[in-house]
Formats: sequence, C-alpha cells, structure tokens
Amino acid sequence: MSPIVKKKGEKFTLPGKYLLFILTLLCTGLIVITFNTNFLSEPVSAVGGSLIAPLQEGVSKAGSWIANRSEELVQIRSLLEENAELKAQIDELTMENIRLQQGRYELTNLRELYDLDAQYDEYEKLGARIIAKDSGNWFHSFVINKGSNDGLQIDMNVMAGSGLVGRIVDVGPNWSKVMSIIDDNAKTSGMVLSTSDNLIVCGDLELYADGLISFEKLIDSADRVVEGDKIVTSHISDKYLPGILIGYIFSINVDSNNLTKSGLITPAVDFEHLEEVLVVTQLKQTAGESD
Amino acid sequence: MRRFIVSVFMIVICFLFQTTVFQGIDFGGIVPNLMIVLTASFGFMRGERTGLIMGFACGFLADVFFGNVLGLNAMIYMYIGYANGKFNRIFYQEDIKLPLGLILLSDLAYGFLYYITLFLMRGRFNIGYYFMHIILPEVVYTILVTLLLYPLVLWINKKLEELEKRSARKFV
Repeated sequence: MSPIVKKKGEKFTLPGKYLLFILTLLCTGLIVITFNTNFLSEPVSAVGGSLIAPLQEGVSKAGSWIANRSEELVQIRSLLEENAELKAQIDELTMENIRLQQGRYELTNLRELYDLDAQYDEYEKLGARIIAKDSGNWFHSFVINKGSNDGLQIDMNVMAGSGLVGRIVDVGPNWSKVMSIIDDNAKTSGMVLSTSDNLIVCGDLELYADGLISFEKLIDSADRVVEGDKIVTSHISDKYLPGILIGYIFSINVDSNNLTKSGLITPAVDFEHLEEVLVVTQLKQTAGESD
Repeated sequence: MRRFIVSVFMIVICFLFQTTVFQGIDFGGIVPNLMIVLTASFGFMRGERTGLIMGFACGFLADVFFGNVLGLNAMIYMYIGYANGKFNRIFYQEDIKLPLGLILLSDLAYGFLYYITLFLMRGRFNIGYYFMHIILPEVVYTILVTLLLYPLVLWINKKLEELEKRSARKFV
C-alpha cells in the first residue's frame, strides 16, 4: 500500500522522503531562477528583511558592546605602547601635513586651471551602521541599517573613511546588503593613480587572513608602477564612481605571459573592524542613460 | 502549534546571534555555525521530517540575507537535517557522544558541500587551505558552542514533549 494513502481517522502527514523530494525540486527551481534572473530576490528580501533587520540592529548593539569590552581588556597593554609610537608619529605627520598643505594649495590652483572638480570629496554621502555580517565564514558581505526608505539603491558605492568598501547588491525598505571588494567573488576595475594604468582588483579568501587583496591584468610595459602606488577605482568601471581610493600596491609580479602583471594590494579600509560606513548616494552614469 | 512557534523562535534567535553577537566574539574571523547545531539536533531528536523542515527553514533564512542564489543553503541544510534524522533510532537523551559526533560530521559536511558548490565550481582548487583555515576552525568552534547550546536545545525539546503528553492525556 502506498504510504501516502490516508488511513481512516489518521491525521494526514507527508512522509519525509516525499517532502525531501518536493523541497529539493523547489530549491533547484529557486537556484535556477535566482541564478539567471533577479525578480524573485526583491519580494523575498523585502519580507524577510523587514522582519529580521530591526531585531538584528538591536542584538547587534548588544554584541558590539560585549566585543568592545573584551577587546578593551586585551588591548590596554598594546594600546600604551601604540600610544607612545603614535605620539612620535604625530610629530612626523604634522611636518608632512604642512608640506602637503603647500602641495594642496598648488593642486587647487592647477585644478581650477583644468576645471577638474569631480573629486569624491564632493560626492553626496549618507552614513549607515553595520548591523549584521554574513552567517558563514566564506564570504564577506554585511547588512547596513539604511534602505530604500532612505533613498538607497542597488549598485550605490559604499566607503569607510577615505577608502572603498564595496557596493550595495540588495535593498530592502530599512536595510541593504553590501558586497565588499574583498569578497571572494568580487572583481573591481581599478587604476594606478600615478600612471593611469588599468587593472582588475579581485577579492580572495586565501589572502583575507593577511589583510590583503590581489590584482591582475595590469599592463605596464614601461615598468613605471612600483610598490606603494595608490590604486583608485577606474573611469571605465560600470559600477564604481571614478577616483575612490582602494589601497596601495604591496607587491608586483610579472605574469608568465610576460605581458601583464599581477600582485597584492593593501586595502585602505580596515575590513576587520568596520562599524560605520558611508554610502555614496550617486550612481555611476552608464552608457545609454540620458543623464 | 506550540512546537511550531518555539521552533521558529529558536531559528530566529540562532540566526540573530550568529550574524551579530558572534561576529563580535569571533576567533580569527571564524564564527560558529549555530544553525547547523539546531538542524542536526532536531534531526536526530525528532526524526527525518522535522530535521529536513528545520534545515530548510534555517538555510532559507541564510539565503534570503546572504546567499548569492536563493535555495542553495536551504538545500544543503535540508539534506543534513534529513541525514541526521536517520540516526533518530539509535539516539538516547543520556548519551552526549552521538550528538557531538553527528554535529561535528554535519558541520564538516556543510563545509565541504559549500566549498564544492561555491568555490570548486569557480576554479578555486586549493582545498587544503580552505580546510585548514575555514572548515576546521569552524568545526572546532561549533563543537565548543555545541557543549553549551545542545543541553539547552535538549531541555526545550524535553519540556515540549512533556507538555504534549500532558495535553494529549487531557483530551482522551
């Protein structure tokens, strides 16, 4: 007799293996749909997010309080040492600052001459707080506490301090999900500031523990790019606004094809201790828009 | 009905803790997998059906928030819950070895399945690195947390069963 035939007076329940089969089909369907299109993620995220995000915000506050207290205890000793070091550095930096201010004065003049006013100092920004991080240990995306109600949209750039963090990939009414540039499947089009050579910045899980990200496809036949050069987002990126600082070159290798170079970058942002981020509320203009 | 509400409550609590509080008290960037503990324990405590439903719910929640595709985590968790349900027959509440072993295996299986589907498929072949730096630390941390979390889950389950028995007697 088939196990799904109902006996008299018995409450109907679907046996495990049938349920497993049905749900497997459902999952496969969902995977195929969401892999190829984008139309399901919005309603599901909106419902799930509006229920969970407020809770996450509350618990997150408690969590960061605990983390801060425990870290304080551990770090007091090292902080004292660091304090002395930093004081020495302040003196150095003050000197450097004076030099830079002179440089800046010159730069402003030159910029006026060239009419280059599109620097990212002038991008409209909105502060947001991180309320949850990826539930697994494999990727490095996180959720922030602002969403479409605050005017955020998919593909808006996210910064922290002066460096690039990532971009928004999912938006709910009061939350949005950010994929960081160090995420294992993130690829960002970048550019060496000093020489304007383009390269691709790729996140890599294997480098995450060292606090580095890698880059590839740098064409630099004149060997002008050196370690320590600034990497910023490029003009040809279709998601990122140009000129946002990504990091500094840590090492360069020539690829086996002898044409391109690859290597490692130290990111400008401390991804380990992110708490607040800035969302640039301006989208990159792409071809086809009449903006 | 009571069981349903309690289960939903537990999933949400675990998910919240995993994504928030535990991100603050991580060891070397590794966070324990509370939801695999929940899925596995409900699997071997209540059988295949509960295990797979619980797994599906946990995985789906993770997918909605952090998945690149909807349904992948749900599927992995669901199969883990179902497989754990197979051990329901040899499960005794007094014995802690079987639950610990099963949760350990479940987390290992989760790590490998996740690696295969999302990393191996993109040509990341360095399995040794991922095993030593992600999968193994996660398993160890998860087992440590299990020692605290599992008795709680067991206790809740026992209370629920007592309540169900009592109300069943009342209606007879």
